[in-house]
Amino acid sequence: MCCRVFLKTMILKPQLQDLKNIGYYSGKILIGIGLTMLVPMGIGLLFAEPNPALDFLIGAEIALIIGVILTRLCFTEQDLNWMQGMVVVSLSWLAAMLVGAIPLYLSGHWNSYLDACFETMSAFATTGLTLVQDLDHLSYAHNLWRHFASFIGGQGIVVIALCFFVKGVSGAFKMYVGEARDERVLPNVIDSSRFIWLVSIVYLILSTLVLGIVGMANGMRPANAFFHGACIFMAAFDTAGFAPQSQNILYYHSLLFEVVTVVIMLLGAMNFNLHYRIWTGDRREIWKNIESRVLCIIIAVMFLITLIGLSQIGSYPRTLVMFRKGFYQVISAHTTTGYATIYARQFIDDWGALALAGLICAMAFGSSSCSTAGGIKMLRLGIIVKGLQQDLKRIILPERAIVEQRLHHLKELFLEDKQVRAALLITVAYLALYGIGALVGMFYGYPFLDSLFESVSAAANVGLSCGITMPNMPVGLKLTYIVQMWAGRLEFMSVFALIGFFVAAIKGK
Amino acid sequence: MKRAIGLIFFCGTVCSAQPISSTELINKAREYDGKSVVYAGEVIGDVMARGDFVWVNVNDGENAIGIWLGKELAGEIQFAGSYHAKGDRLEIDGVFHRACIQHGGDVDIHAQDIRKISPGEPVREELDTRKRNFTFVLFGVLCLVLIFVRRQRSKESGFRTR
Repeated sequence: MCCRVFLKTMILKPQLQDLKNIGYYSGKILIGIGLTMLVPMGIGLLFAEPNPALDFLIGAEIALIIGVILTRLCFTEQDLNWMQGMVVVSLSWLAAMLVGAIPLYLSGHWNSYLDACFETMSAFATTGLTLVQDLDHLSYAHNLWRHFASFIGGQGIVVIALCFFVKGVSGAFKMYVGEARDERVLPNVIDSSRFIWLVSIVYLILSTLVLGIVGMANGMRPANAFFHGACIFMAAFDTAGFAPQSQNILYYHSLLFEVVTVVIMLLGAMNFNLHYRIWTGDRREIWKNIESRVLCIIIAVMFLITLIGLSQIGSYPRTLVMFRKGFYQVISAHTTTGYATIYARQFIDDWGALALAGLICAMAFGSSSCSTAGGIKMLRLGIIVKGLQQDLKRIILPERAIVEQRLHHLKELFLEDKQVRAALLITVAYLALYGIGALVGMFYGYPFLDSLFESVSAAANVGLSCGITMPNMPVGLKLTYIVQMWAGRLEFMSVFALIGFFVAAIKGK
Repeated sequence: MKRAIGLIFFCGTVCSAQPISSTELINKAREYDGKSVVYAGEVIGDVMARGDFVWVNVNDGENAIGIWLGKELAGEIQFAGSYHAKGDRLEIDGVFHRACIQHGGDVDIHAQDIRKISPGEPVREELDTRKRNFTFVLFGVLCLVLIFVRRQRSKESGFRTR
């Protein structure tokens, strides 16, 4: 009772300075979002699409007006504290969604502003679930924005702002962590952000070239081949799963295209620290790292489960065909990309419960930490398994024995209880988020397996759909998936901080 | 004799058949697997040549399905749908595959014959004046805000230097 009273009195109402700090940095991020809209505007002009170009100019102007007003009204030279940094991140993501949806809504390809917001959050959160209407006639500019927003969101909206607009290193680190990047590649967080962008841009250039050449070899027109190449790279490397055509990867009818996208998806699912190690010549780290090992094991297990499921019901007439379809979908699910070479409905009608379960688990587990992928993440799974091993050893070995558990993640580490607790906490939060989404789906009358599939896909930022995500789905479900995508991408802490901030504003003293 | 009657009956059925929607084909893929179907829709994206054959994707307004057809048949196609063009509308007679062995398990239709129902055309885009005017208004507001911010800043720096 005494503690409760103490805690209640501990909650402090946010002060004007808190609001100023939050407003100032959110404004800077909005300016960044506004400026990025000039890229699709340029593409609109390049491809002779004046109205789409105007859509982006309108979006950019609104973002810049709000951003400039916020930075002026809330001007401050103070650095951010932890709470402010987290709130800035979660609020900025919502603001980016609201502003980024404007050009999409103006195009007329989305039924409502909510649908456009859904699409934008799906893009920024690198999910890939889509509510677009008549995608095959969408302009180059709007199509580019869907993919470019994935590229920005995958690297991190805040990471881009850190590269260009933020000077204070301490506040920058708090925002960097708030955007679910708890590891620095380099000692300085701003240098880390710049490295992340360097890696991404180098891969962008190389992959666009490769995909463009493959596209041309497949019979596509050169301009289309390179445009598709850039879009597909952005959505594959940032594990978003959008594609410029409604058939997704099935549009290309090409094994080579599938092989290249698998490689890009795996690159996107790799920890940026591992990229750094490879770039600096330390290739052995890949084989020693706990994340890579767990990822390999889980991919193998999930692929096996999926294959057994597919062969049980005879989904595919030949083993090689089954391997190709199964492998692509499993890699896409595991890397949380969401690219598909089958139609959404086929997951339910053709794949059977066991194969679907394998795919759901692959989506739920996700890939590496400090990558563009979503889901629980391999590092957490590795830590939990190691923690379990440690506890078992404690039970089996004599009481006086000192039990040490090691793991290798970039360096040799001794497992600490607090690491296990943190990993378990986030894992439980993800499981709860998956469950809540599935319950909401069932509330709207969808079957359990379909609801769970779509919920996990949204919360783990995957983007594979079994057919629930459609423009005519209930508004409540659209809102649920938006929240799932947002919370899943930010890995909860910033969202919890925002909720805490509002609670403090109401209940604090 | 029986075969001949069967073939005439089959051809008659296909020729007079109504096109089947893509949703129906995808949702009842096992039912239609390996059967002759009639499918109609707009050619979208690229016409992708592969040796003596061509891939085209045809959208019936619900989904798009890949059509595998001989190069000679593809010669009829002039417009493929995109932002800049309305694609040719085709009616395709062909064999539907739920998991095509020849094409890595893809859902597709191997065309035997195609007919152009309606030709496509380029889409002429006219500038939306409401959007243009709104852009000018917002640009004006943005300029005013920037001027205001500059003035405020110069005032503040003036106070500081004093």
